[in-house]
Amino acid sequence: MTDISQSPTPMGGAAGQTKGGSLLTQNARTRKRNAAEMRFRGYGIAAIVVGLIMLLVLVTTIVSRGTGAFQQTFITLDVELLESKLDKKGNRDLDDIKKVTTFGYAPLIKGAMESTVDALGIETGLKSKELAGLLSKDAAAQLRAYVIENPDQIGQTVEFRFLAQSRVDGYLKGRVSRDSIENDKNISAGQLDLVDALVAAGVIEKTFNLDFIIGADASDQRPEAAGIGVSMMGSLFMMLVVLALALPIGVAASIYLEEFAPKNWLTDIIEVNISNLAAVPSIVFGILGLAVFINYMHLPMSAPLVGGLVLTLMTLPTIIISTRAALKAVPPSIRDAALGVGASKMQAVFHHVLPLAAPGILTGTIIGLAQALGETAPLLLIGMVGFIASNAPETIADGLLAPNSAMPAQIYEWAKRADPAFYERAWGGIIILLVFLVTMNTVAVILRRRFERRW
Amino acid sequence: MPTFSLVLIVCAIAAAGFLLGRHRALASAGGDARTLHSLPSYYGYHVGLSALIPALGVLVIWLLAQPALIESRVSSMIPAEAVPENASLSLVMSDVRRVAEGLELAVAEGALSNRDIRAFDSQTTDLRAILGDLGVALGADVRPEVLEAARSYRGSSKTGRLAMTVVVIGLALAGLGLAYRATHKDFRARNVVERVIMALSILAASLAILTTVGIVLSMLFETRNFFALHSWTDFFFGSTWAPNFRGDSELSILPLLWGTLYISFIALLVAVPVGLFAAIYLSEYAGPAVRAFAKPLLEILAGIPTIVYGLFALLTVGPLLVRFFGQGENGILGVEWMSGATSVLTAGVVMGIMLIPFVSSLSDDIINAVPQAMRDGSLGLGATQSETVRQVVLPAALPGIVGAILLAASRAIGETMIVVMGAGAIAKFSANPLESMTTITTRIVSQLTGDTDFASPETLVAFALGLTLFVLTLGLNVLALYIVRKYREQYD
Repeated sequence: MTDISQSPTPMGGAAGQTKGGSLLTQNARTRKRNAAEMRFRGYGIAAIVVGLIMLLVLVTTIVSRGTGAFQQTFITLDVELLESKLDKKGNRDLDDIKKVTTFGYAPLIKGAMESTVDALGIETGLKSKELAGLLSKDAAAQLRAYVIENPDQIGQTVEFRFLAQSRVDGYLKGRVSRDSIENDKNISAGQLDLVDALVAAGVIEKTFNLDFIIGADASDQRPEAAGIGVSMMGSLFMMLVVLALALPIGVAASIYLEEFAPKNWLTDIIEVNISNLAAVPSIVFGILGLAVFINYMHLPMSAPLVGGLVLTLMTLPTIIISTRAALKAVPPSIRDAALGVGASKMQAVFHHVLPLAAPGILTGTIIGLAQALGETAPLLLIGMVGFIASNAPETIADGLLAPNSAMPAQIYEWAKRADPAFYERAWGGIIILLVFLVTMNTVAVILRRRFERRW
Repeated sequence: MPTFSLVLIVCAIAAAGFLLGRHRALASAGGDARTLHSLPSYYGYHVGLSALIPALGVLVIWLLAQPALIESRVSSMIPAEAVPENASLSLVMSDVRRVAEGLELAVAEGALSNRDIRAFDSQTTDLRAILGDLGVALGADVRPEVLEAARSYRGSSKTGRLAMTVVVIGLALAGLGLAYRATHKDFRARNVVERVIMALSILAASLAILTTVGIVLSMLFETRNFFALHSWTDFFFGSTWAPNFRGDSELSILPLLWGTLYISFIALLVAVPVGLFAAIYLSEYAGPAVRAFAKPLLEILAGIPTIVYGLFALLTVGPLLVRFFGQGENGILGVEWMSGATSVLTAGVVMGIMLIPFVSSLSDDIINAVPQAMRDGSLGLGATQSETVRQVVLPAALPGIVGAILLAASRAIGETMIVVMGAGAIAKFSANPLESMTTITTRIVSQLTGDTDFASPETLVAFALGLTLFVLTLGLNVLALYIVRKYREQYD
């Protein structure tokens, strides 16, 4: 009993306080340790928040700066296709009509612009050249193409929807303001006043821009006409090459390494090689492509076939690694059962293991393809930048061998150009690229969720 | 005949072989598949593969070898005195090729006939104008030796292609015939087919080795050419990067290496603390809900293509930094330290953002691999959670984390698009992160884009740079894998 009476009382008591105080009141050292704990936890939360904020900033930047590219400013004009300008002989001979260059069409556009402004009763001190300056340089070519297509329309008045020039487009989208054009030779404040009046009259309007998604790139002078469609075709053909080569080769290699390979120095070397190739910088694959496919084998520069070959080599390690993981996930009992009923080893693999691993293989392939789709650096070296393909390829051979660009290379090309109007195109291109990537990754995730079996 | 249709024909022959072989095997068994040695389709595969594989193999080898063979034959035709001064044989050869392609195009378009070409005389006909009309631009007038060589080049490639078509189709048919004759009900078709498939998959697996060998050889070969034209001491120990296409360039890797390492250092300065703390929080503190939400979102950052980060650096981060550190009086800080949007800091910060998920997911795996017993022991002794992490978990995971950081560093050194768009083009030694600097990858891109002339050191230097980059990243990767592996052995 003396023990109890002599032991320090848990609460209060002078003896207890000298030893370390109450369990319920924290002493200085505990407070310090707990504060450190809170700080540490705070750092962790801060790190995650920083990462998520970066993601948020990135996504909002892309969306806010890129959506503009999907809208474009158009000017609707009634153009009188004067016979005296387009077909002086009056015989509707196509060869004669084709002799009239786009310069010959410029007066028609000027006239149409003047009459439209007059008809609306807008007072403007602008010269006819400045009036026509609101239109894209593409307008004359568009007019000429129409006339060559429909020579019987000459002499009549036809309604056209012309692209507005990029400064006008930028003005309506808020990229160009009266302050920013002080030193701009392409547009004047007077022209912007006219734009305001024409917008009020409904002649100038901003609508959805399908040409950006399906059209071809345009020269430096005409950002309003540039589209990403043709380079999308280039990317598509590259992906076809990658799929056709990387999937069978990758699956065959993984089957060998995972199911059949004996454990020897050769397989060791192959395995080390694959894991190293997965970490080689992508630009090195570009150098390989330039040296082997173009400089040695003389395959055409800028061809999607070469791009596809380079990307195949780059994606192979990714596909092999994920395929091997998928094969490894199939339990050995499946193989044993197949062997037990008399299948050969190869039959066991091809008839049973491979189908069961297929969802995993497919997921890995799609993720590898998505990676290849966004890759830019190797494409720069094999000449898929700076080339303007004006038409979509018509045949498969053309699609593989004719020079083309690819989506990321096209975006890079726009980002390099001086006119800020192209930046909007670049961000818009990124939206399209990301839509593709998100779709592919979503499909991969769904495949995995839906079909992958847990053993 | 275009290669594509040749491949299609061979495939058609193989498909026919499949049907024939299967049919013959069944016929030899009197329609009773049970008496066959293998399943009927194996006989089909046997005939089909016998037609397909030798033919396609020869086709690939032929396509690879023909240009080299013709090249060496034609280039021996060009006399040494025909090579103009300050140009090399390879330049003349590219002329020859261009003329030959032009002639081919001219015939295809109907502008010239084969007889015209044979009758050509470079003195009387203006070939350059004819080809110019077809869109084949030639740098100078066609000299007689070049025309002669081009004619022979065109002739041999034509014969070569014809021979290739004949040989490939012949091989396909011969393979089909031989295999068809061998088809009999006692023939062990399955064993043969399985052996062939095995051989093919071994071939596919060795492609990894072939790629590595291809990378190393192609770069070694051109690097050797580079060092024949340019002194290696200047490359490794010089101090100036000043390519000059009139010759007399100073091409030293050191300023580029400095830029590369500086930018990578800043990137790691951003990525390592953020990534590491994110990994610690996710693996030690976060509940399943937070983890399921934050981890995939962070990993989205890793899936975004680098071109997007490049654009972000060039158009968003760069101008933002200029508003802080540049523009003099108008800027936010009122200083004039930064002149353009491209700088070491721009590229470094953006690259750091890209690397965050890389560091965090690797570290997350490694931290999770630390045995739970170690945490329990530490907590049981009264340590707080953060003390456990700092004094028990992190030291145990340290080698793995170092490995992860090395992998991230290797990624940063090899990264191209962000630095091409965000770092600038000036090679110099400077410690100021607000100046623009250039990197190895940027210079590779700028030396190899556009018209490349494989005889000038200014182009070839890109291969030496590429080889250095390859060795550097490979070394870092191997070191990182070694450290990670060594660490894993301790707990497994």
